[in-house]
Amino acid sequence: MKGGKRHVVYDMNNRAAYKETSTTQKRKAVALISGGLDSMLATRLVMELGIHVEGINFFTGFCVEGHTHAIRKKDKTKPKRNNALWVAEQLGIKLHIVDVIEPYKSVVLNPKHGYGANMNPCLDCKGFMVGKAYEWIKENDFDFIITGEVMGQRPMSQRKDTMPVIQRESGAGDLLLRPLCAKKLPPTLPEREGWIDREKLLDLHGRSRKPQMALAEKYGFKDYAQPAGGCCFLTDANYTRKLTDLWGNRGTRDYELDDIMLLKVGRHLRPRSHFKLIISREEGESRFLEGYRKEFVHLKTISHGGPLALIDGDVNDNDLQLAARLVARYSQGRDADAVEIAIVDKQGISKNVTVNPIAVEDIPGDWIL
Amino acid sequence: MSTHHLDARRLLCPMPVIKTQDTIKNLNNGDILSVVCTDPGAEHDIPAWCRINGHKVLDINHANHDITISIEVNGLGSTPSS
Ligand code: SF4
Repeated sequence: MKGGKRHVVYDMNNRAAYKETSTTQKRKAVALISGGLDSMLATRLVMELGIHVEGINFFTGFCVEGHTHAIRKKDKTKPKRNNALWVAEQLGIKLHIVDVIEPYKSVVLNPKHGYGANMNPCLDCKGFMVGKAYEWIKENDFDFIITGEVMGQRPMSQRKDTMPVIQRESGAGDLLLRPLCAKKLPPTLPEREGWIDREKLLDLHGRSRKPQMALAEKYGFKDYAQPAGGCCFLTDANYTRKLTDLWGNRGTRDYELDDIMLLKVGRHLRPRSHFKLIISREEGESRFLEGYRKEFVHLKTISHGGPLALIDGDVNDNDLQLAARLVARYSQGRDADAVEIAIVDKQGISKNVTVNPIAVEDIPGDWIL
Repeated sequence: MSTHHLDARRLLCPMPVIKTQDTIKNLNNGDILSVVCTDPGAEHDIPAWCRINGHKVLDINHANHDITISIEVNGLGSTPSS
């Protein structure tokens, strides 16, 4: 051990166990990097105070990052970047991306604190992520955790009364530092031990974004991402409707990664309770859906340019006829009398049918998810 | 030094990055990893991940819809957490 004053850092899960460290050693923090501005600012602030910081980003499957941008051509003008990686690069720190798809299911399916405006279990989600970061710092011998939370910024997880819940339920306790609003909260261990000068931390609160924008200006951050609703699709009303429809019609509240990915792609129509159609809207989506040819019956227009569609559910001949007419409606043959469509089963056996595209007025609004 | 291959086709970002990261963790500096993916986002994300973690992208190749990224592992052990 290097010289200097000794500190005792308690393991929150096992208060009898502790590690001894030295003040002369550079302290290490892991920052939860979402890709948004707040965590970027919080990290920068702590780096400025002499702490070695690395980033951690959790992939739940619902993250807004990349996917649809990458698949859809219409988004070609937008940078195809992963914002968390971009933030890490701007800050000059490492980023560890952790796949939490499986353990995250219980957060989405059974949130102890319920959902926000849509299917977003933000409070449980934050507790889960800080808990995972806490496991990570123990495994990697880091000292504490930082997040970009701002008191009063979000209605569920960033309130004065819910912020301590995250500390408690994650197990991180006072190893969780929120640099942007630390002065509004009781001092954490890194502050009490003098690893960080509390006076240099901030007291931001409320929904205004002006202080963050001023800080971004000060640090010279430009072109940062500003997600409107939140960091994931669970805050999106359309997405939530499709997820609820999936569970309702399967009769079970569960999902696999492919299920939740497919909800992000294409036009979803449910003409019958026992089947749904996923119709591509452009070439990139067609190519993506093609990857599922072995798992779903699919339809493709032959006589005209058009989409590729997957059928989710067990269908009979009448259903296939209806599905073909719907696919024809979304093809370049929408105004033709007859459109030829290939119906291909999961083994790749194809049969062609010729159908009359369904009229727009014959598509009830509630078929469209 | 050895050469390794990773098939990340059909995976959407950030999964190709996560697979690359988790594979490289078990390699040695100087090894070559060749990752093949289909998500166009990976062409941006994997090099970004390499830059921040000190690895070197040697080559990016396109064939049909496959994108193959060759990486020289360089950044292992460069910070306390690696
Ligand atoms: S918006 Fe999504 S990722 Fe962000 S805290 Fe809420 S549930 Fe979690």
